Formats: sequence, structure tokens, C-alpha cells
Amino acid sequence: MIYIRLFLAFAKIGFFGFGGGMAMLPMIYQIAQDFGEISTDEFSNLVGISQVTPGPIAVNAATYVGYCTAGLGGAIVATLGVAVPSFVLVSLACYFINKFKESAVIKGAFVGIRPVTVGLIGAAVIFMGQSLAANISAVSLAIVAVTVVSVGKLKISPIAIVIAAGVIGAILCG
Amino acid sequence: MTDKLITLKNNMYIQLFIEFFKLGLFTIGGGMAMIPLIQGIVVDRKHWMTEEEAVDCIAVSQGLPGVIAINMATYIGQKKKGIPGGIIATVGVMLPSLIIIIMVVELLSTIGGNKYVAGALVGIKAAATGLIIFAAYKLGKQILKGPFQWILAVAAFAVIAFLGVNAVWAIIGGIVAGLIYTKIKPSGEDGGEEK
Repeated sequence: MIYIRLFLAFAKIGFFGFGGGMAMLPMIYQIAQDFGEISTDEFSNLVGISQVTPGPIAVNAATYVGYCTAGLGGAIVATLGVAVPSFVLVSLACYFINKFKESAVIKGAFVGIRPVTVGLIGAAVIFMGQSLAANISAVSLAIVAVTVVSVGKLKISPIAIVIAAGVIGAILCG
Repeated sequence: MTDKLITLKNNMYIQLFIEFFKLGLFTIGGGMAMIPLIQGIVVDRKHWMTEEEAVDCIAVSQGLPGVIAINMATYIGQKKKGIPGGIIATVGVMLPSLIIIIMVVELLSTIGGNKYVAGALVGIKAAATGLIIFAAYKLGKQILKGPFQWILAVAAFAVIAFLGVNAVWAIIGGIVAGLIYTKIKPSGEDGGEEK
């Protein structure tokens, strides 16, 4: 049944999504592909839009995939899928808070998880790039380069950059 | 009437819902951006937690998998009002996203074909790609301090991006590798601190 499939698919993020929204992107892409209702290109649009709309990217993505696959009920079930594992894990962690903080196993796990999240964000770049490469243009390449410099060297707010890029895109690519 | 409104306003469940709804509505840029805001609300403004309790909450929320904002909402809600409190805070923080994204989907299905909208989306996607590249660079500089970290990062990148391996396996692989590495090399090198 579609609701159960959506719930379980997004529960993966709740159980294995480490390192914040951008590191979760490859996992989210793969889930979206499994449902097949949304093309990689459409999904990249959502990732872009999520940079300027509020809320965590994983919740936005769950809503998007759930809604496009099975309407409002799908959106609700998919977002619950993201939230329920957190609920269980946080409840357990609160209970064992001191053990949790000192645990050698958790520390050891993070020694491996941290580098992997860097690789995951790198993979997200490739997924986004595939969508851009479909109709590659000098404008989009220039925007990518200017964004990296603006946010890295000039410390301009990412939100301002994304909005400006949208305006430039509308004028030059429209 | 006013009395009723005031009691309603002081109700802990309603406060939890309102505060987390506002957080979900006004924080752009994901969970990391939310951390200092939540700290401000629960410690300074609402006095729901001490400074120390808030630090514990952040440590647990970052240490667990899942969305940081949801982890924090669950933690704080449960601390204040048990399981129902956790549920209410979590629903509060997710609801704005749900409403806004459904609006975006509906909007795009009507105007998405417009060539200016399509052009704007190309620009937005390009900028988002740039942001992700920078995030990878910044985090990489912090974390990739030796061959062990580099090998793990490159391997995770390659198997997911080019071999289509499920990202869940990369995480599990990382956990196993980290545990083995710390067993073999317990000399305290932990591969860079995450801030």
C-alpha cells in the first residue's frame, strides 16, 4: 500500500540521516527515484526552492514526494515517516542521557560518520549537477561559480544569493 | 473572555505549539540555523531549560540521526510535557513546511511552464548547487584531516554518485569503519571536531 511504502521510505531518513539536510540529499534523491512520480529535474527544483523557503529540507522533500505521489494523505504520512524515528530515538536518548554522552561506541561511530557526510554532500553536488547539465548554459555555470565565491569569500547571505540567482535566471534564461 | 484567552495563552501545550510553529515558519536554511534561535527561546525568553540542559539537548539532537529541528522539538516538548508535549512541538515545527511546500507544488503546476519561471528555476538550482559545493568544501576542511577520513569521504562519494549504492549503506559502512578504526588506533585522534 502506497501510504505504508511512503512512511517506511522516509523513516530511513529518521534512522540513518546524519549530518544535516545537505548530507541527507543523496538519500532523499534515491527515495524520490524509487517512487518514480518525480523526475530528478523536478526534484532539483525543490532542492533549490528549499533554500529560500522555511523549514528543514528533509521535511520539505517528504511533503513534496508524498504529495506528488499520493496527495495530502501521502504528504502527511511521508512527513510522519521522517518524524517518528526521531521520536523513538530521542525518547531513548533522554532516558540514557549520561550514557549517551560518554558512550565510546557512539564516539567511535562518529569518527566514521563525519567523513562519510562530506562524501554525501559531494554526491549531492553530482545529483544537482545532472539536472543542470541536461541543458547546460554559460549562465548557469557562471551562477554556480559566483555563488561559491559570494558565500565563501564575500560572506553574502545564501538566501539573498538564491533570490538574486532566480531573478538573473528569469531575465537571461527566460 | 479575556481571562479565557489568557489561560489559553499560558497553556503549556499551546505555547509549545506556537513557539515551534514560529521556528518552522521563520527559519530558512535548515536545522543548523535553528540551533541558536531555539536556545534563545527555551533558555532566555521562556526559561523552559537551563543553559546546561539546552547544551545536552543540542548534543543529543546532533548526535542522533534524523532532522535536527525535529529532534530538538521532540526533546524539549517531552521534557516539558511528556509524550504529548513532544508530539505537539514536533507537529508545530513541521506544519509550516508542509503547508508551504504544498502551496509551492500547486503554484508550480499552474505557472511552472512559464518561460520566466523556468528561467528563474534554472538560476535557483545553479545557486543551490553552488551552496552545496561550498558546504562540502567547508565541512571537508574541518573533517578531512588524514588519510582515513579522505578515503572514507571519497569512497562514500564515489559509490553513491557513480555506482548508485544506497546512501544508507554508506552511513552503515562509515559507522563500522569508525568503530574498527577507534579500536585499532585508540590514541585519541578522532578526525577533527565537528563544531
